[in-house]
Amino acid sequence: MAEGDRSPGASIEVEVLRYRPEQDSEPFYQSFTVPYAEDLSVLQALQHIKDDLDSTLSFRWSCRMAICGSCGLMINGIPKLGCRTFLREYYPGRVRVGPLNHFPIERDLVVDIEDFVGKLEKIHPYIIPREPRTLDQGEYLQTPRQLQRYLQFSNCINCTLCYAACPQYGLDPAFLGPGITALLHRYNADSRDGGQAKRAAIMHAEDGVWGCTAVSYCSEVCPKAVDPANAINQNKMASAMDYFLRFVKPGGARK
Amino acid sequence: MSAETRTMGKRRPYRRAMDGWWTRNPFFVRYMIREWTAVLVAAYALVLLVGAVRLAQGEAAYSAWFESMKSPFALAFHWVTLAVFLYHTWSWFEIMPRTMPAIFVGGKRLARGVITAAGIAAALACCAIVLALALGGGR
Repeated sequence: MAEGDRSPGASIEVEVLRYRPEQDSEPFYQSFTVPYAEDLSVLQALQHIKDDLDSTLSFRWSCRMAICGSCGLMINGIPKLGCRTFLREYYPGRVRVGPLNHFPIERDLVVDIEDFVGKLEKIHPYIIPREPRTLDQGEYLQTPRQLQRYLQFSNCINCTLCYAACPQYGLDPAFLGPGITALLHRYNADSRDGGQAKRAAIMHAEDGVWGCTAVSYCSEVCPKAVDPANAINQNKMASAMDYFLRFVKPGGARK
Repeated sequence: MSAETRTMGKRRPYRRAMDGWWTRNPFFVRYMIREWTAVLVAAYALVLLVGAVRLAQGEAAYSAWFESMKSPFALAFHWVTLAVFLYHTWSWFEIMPRTMPAIFVGGKRLARGVITAAGIAAALACCAIVLALALGGGR
């Protein structure tokens, strides 16, 4: 850290939503005064609180460089990664930190994402080869154009910010939601994959792409420019085609 | 210890209420306005449909409907509807890039702004053609 970055004695107020299930009936905000520097992230502020002010504070983090997807938080009401959101964006105002919206609060800033993980397991999130190949036949080749069809969707880090941004998920947790649909589309759109039929029932369901009302805030908050709203809405078209084409395909309606 | 106590322990997950969710973020307010403009768009479609029905009933019926469209209330309704339509059109094309597969031109992905601008330009062109036909037909 450069010496000039820190004005000596400067501090910033950080309000943190606390919830300790064994003693609190509901969450409440607790205020902490944290030393301020231009290059300190919100995650570092939380670490300062835990190390020096209140060791009972719970929050998730791991990599500190926006790739593990662990430190998703509501920061002044917006879903963001704590590690790539800096105190300087709010200084001298206060920062208000809460657990991600729309998920049950487990403790303090830790939310229960079991629902997300369960949905992830259901969509066959891996390549199901379109045609089996032996090692002698070599690798599966792909053109740059074929790569472009799914590349952005493969950048998802499972941080669940998009779920905290999606009011439809908040209103009905049965909705498959933005991130999982983006991942589903990532495999469906891969030229090497042949697992579309296995993922079809989940995607075409009412709780699948049709649960989306194109609020599209998911794509605004995504730290990796995955654009889940795009994945969902492309598949609304695919889902509608799949439904109507049954009636014109020979023997299709009997399926 | 039963399986349930073992897994739950002192867990007591807290679910937050969704009441007033759309008032908490300006982005959601704009979304709600976009959705509500659709109601007025549908209402105006009904107005035009009534006009078509009156036209089928003969000249007198159509003329009466046409005169009723000149009342101060009807004129105010038209101005409000026009403003709402403009916002609706913009918001529609603003999310259009999110609803379609990526378009590649010369190996490069077409930017969102270009798709939005093209949509708005197409809407303006359609309006100009309809207006020209209507004004030309009136002569």
